[in-house]
Amino acid sequence: MNQHPQLDSTGRLTHLLSIEGLPREIVVDILDTARSFVSVAERDIKKVPLLRGKSVFNLFFEPSTRTRTTFEIAAKRLSADVINLNVGASSQSKGETLLDTVANLSAMHADMFVVRHSQSGAPNLIARHVAPNIHVINAGDGRHAHPTQALLDMFTIRHYKKEFPGLRVAIVGDILHSRVARSQIHALTTLGVAEVRVIAPATLLPADVSRLGVHVFTDMVTGLKGADVVIMLRLQNERMTGELLPSAQEYFKNYGLTSEKLAHADPQAIVMHPGPMNRGVEIDSSVADGLQSVILPQVTFGIAVRMAVMSILAGGQP
Amino acid sequence: MTTRLPDVEQLLEGLIQQIRGNIKPDTGIIGIYTGGVWVAERLHAALGNDVQMGTIDIAFYRDDYDRRGLQGSVKPSDIPFDVNDRDIVLVDDVLYTGRTIRAAMNELFDYGRPGRVMLAALVDRGGRQLPIEPQFVGAQVTVPDDQLVSLQRADSGSLQLSLRPRTEDKLQS
Repeated sequence: MNQHPQLDSTGRLTHLLSIEGLPREIVVDILDTARSFVSVAERDIKKVPLLRGKSVFNLFFEPSTRTRTTFEIAAKRLSADVINLNVGASSQSKGETLLDTVANLSAMHADMFVVRHSQSGAPNLIARHVAPNIHVINAGDGRHAHPTQALLDMFTIRHYKKEFPGLRVAIVGDILHSRVARSQIHALTTLGVAEVRVIAPATLLPADVSRLGVHVFTDMVTGLKGADVVIMLRLQNERMTGELLPSAQEYFKNYGLTSEKLAHADPQAIVMHPGPMNRGVEIDSSVADGLQSVILPQVTFGIAVRMAVMSILAGGQP
Repeated sequence: MTTRLPDVEQLLEGLIQQIRGNIKPDTGIIGIYTGGVWVAERLHAALGNDVQMGTIDIAFYRDDYDRRGLQGSVKPSDIPFDVNDRDIVLVDDVLYTGRTIRAAMNELFDYGRPGRVMLAALVDRGGRQLPIEPQFVGAQVTVPDDQLVSLQRADSGSLQLSLRPRTEDKLQS
C-alpha cells in the first residue's frame, strides 16, 4: 500500500490526513500560500473564484463549532458550495456505514470531504475509498491528528517569530488525549525548531512520548524556562472526574498558565491555545486576554490556512 | 530563426514618455507579479511620489486552475490605496494572450470600482485570445510560437528580456 496516502504518485498533496509523513516543502508551501489568503481577507470582497462550481462537504461525526465554521468560511471564500452534515444525528444513527455515507455523498458530486470523527483513521479510510478526483481533509480524528490546527499554529508562530530554527516551543497540558499536540509536534519537528518541550502530569503523557523527539517536563516552571512559544492545550472536563486528575483546582495550581508562571518564559514569548479555552483551568484570564496572547489571531489565520489547503488540494494536476 | 529582443532601458524610457502627461496625479500603478512588478517599480520611481503603487498576484484568478492547480509560490497582492473611482494603470512585462490581464482585472474589481483602467506592457508579442489592448507599449515584438519571452532581473537590479523554448502549454500574458 502507498506509504503516504495523502500524496499522489507524483508527490503532490491530494488529501490532508496528518502532518506525519508530509515533506517539509509541502508544509512550507501551505504556509506561504496562506499568507496570500490573509491579504484576501483584508479586502472589501473577501472571495476568490478558485473553487467555483465545487462542492465541499463538511462531514462532522463529532461536534465542533470553531473548526467547522472556519472550514465553512474558508470554502465559501474560495467560492465553493458548502454542505454541512452533522452525521451523528442522521445516517449513522440509522445504521449506515461510514463508507456508505461517503458513497452516497459522492453520488451527489462531492469534490471534497472535510471529516471529523472520534475514531482515529476514519478520514484515512475515506481517502482510500473515494474516487481520485475527490479530496479528503482530516479535521480531527480520535487521538490521531488534527493537521489543519497544527498548520495554523505553525502559521501563527511564523507570523510572530519569523523563523523556526532557534525557537523553543512548550506544549502544556493533556498530551495523552490530544490529536492537536501530536500534529503540532510533527509539524514543529518537520520545520526544524530547536526544541519541543511537553509539560504535563505523568498521567497525561503517552508512554512513548520521548520517541517523538521532545523533552518531557512534569514541572511547569522548569519546562517554561526561556520558552519562545507556549501552547496551552484544552483540558477536557471528562478527564477531571476519573483517576487521571484530582480536580480542576489542583490542575490549575500546577499546570494552569498564570502571569507568574509565564514570567519564566522568554519575555517576548507568545501564548497560544487551540480553543475552546477553560478559563481558570488551563489558563488564567489575565494571560488569555494579555499582551502575549495570540489566541484570537490563531482563529483568523485558521481561515487563511484552510483556504490554502483546500486550494492546493482541489487544483488540477500539471 | 533568431529574434532580437529590445533593450529594456530604452523600452522603459519610451513607456515613461507615453504615460507621463496621460495620467492624473492620483493615478495608481499596479504591477502584476513577477515581471510586471519590476516594470511598475521603475515606472513608479520615474513618475514621482504622488503616483501610488500596488502589486497583484493573479494566482487565485487564473483560468487554468482546474487544469494546472496553483503553481509556484503565490505572492500576497498588496494595493495600499482605495481603487474606487481612481484611474489605474495595470503593468505587465510581456503582453500575449491577454488572459493574465483578464485575471488581474477580475482581482482588481474585488478591491473596488476603479474610475478607469489602462494597460501598460513592456513588450507586446501579439497572439491575443481575448479582446484586450494596451494603452502604453514599450515595443511590439515578433516571436515564434514555440518561444516564450520573459523578463529577468539580475542581482544588480538590471532588467533583461530573454527567450526560451516553450516546454509546456503554459499560460502567458
